[in-house]
Amino acid sequence: MKPIATTRSATGIPTGRLAIWWVIASEIVIFGGLLASYIMHRLGHPEWADQAAHTNTWAGAFNTLVLLTSSLSAVLAHQAAEEKNGPKAARLLLFTCLGGLIFLCVKGFEWTHEIQAGFTLTAGGFWHFYYTAAGLHGLHVIAGMVTMLIIAADARKGQELQRVELVGLYWHFVDVVWIFLFPLLYIAR
Amino acid sequence: MTEHAHPNYVKVWAILVALLVVSVVGPMLGIKVLTLITAFGVAVVKAYLVARNFMHLHIEKRWVVYLLTTCLAFMLLLFAGAAPDVMKHEGQRWENHAAKRVTHQAQQPVH
Repeated sequence: MKPIATTRSATGIPTGRLAIWWVIASEIVIFGGLLASYIMHRLGHPEWADQAAHTNTWAGAFNTLVLLTSSLSAVLAHQAAEEKNGPKAARLLLFTCLGGLIFLCVKGFEWTHEIQAGFTLTAGGFWHFYYTAAGLHGLHVIAGMVTMLIIAADARKGQELQRVELVGLYWHFVDVVWIFLFPLLYIAR
Repeated sequence: MTEHAHPNYVKVWAILVALLVVSVVGPMLGIKVLTLITAFGVAVVKAYLVARNFMHLHIEKRWVVYLLTTCLAFMLLLFAGAAPDVMKHEGQRWENHAAKRVTHQAQQPVH
């Protein structure tokens, strides 16, 4: 256990967790600004509904299920870490990573079909936002997966178990962002 | 978060999946109000459930909630400040020619 990350607590919250909350707060502003911009443009451009009609609702719904399930495994990993069961926490983190990988594969499948159909980044206002929002979210998924793999390697040896909760908090936030992206990009038509 | 009672995470996940089904099926009925409630209302409920049960915000220090709420308020401030100009394409002494042109072109029938 790192003393600074786990014991220093000027705010009543261990420093490591405090840092993650600040990351999440800044991410709220980033994604919040993006989504707020999308909503106001969407309301000002009724023709975007025709463009949005080409997104694949079932793929979006499946990806939502995948992320919700990966959030479940992330929180179960946190529970295992609290019980000092490092190997179990590591296995659950790897399962969470698998969820992220499936999510990215489905996204890749979707984007391939959309680009082949001519719906590229420059095909219209809706598609600008679609690729920007989903792409930025996808980058966050990749960042979470890489971090989780590093933490799982330590957790398997019973080391740095406090980090399992921290990466879980980040992953749940990525899940929450998708919970809002799904209706905005796939359902509102 | 150490040493705290854990909710039944699998049960929370099952509720989230049920809400996902509602958010997909609801809009299929084609009723605008129902779409807004089932797609966006349910999204808020789902986000709340994840934040409360998976992120444990209900047992986190209160000021973390205030921090996150403040950031959300900034988002609403951005929306309130910019939306009147973005959502409309003309005002008393201004006109957004580019937005009007794009909207007009998109509404032309395809030959």
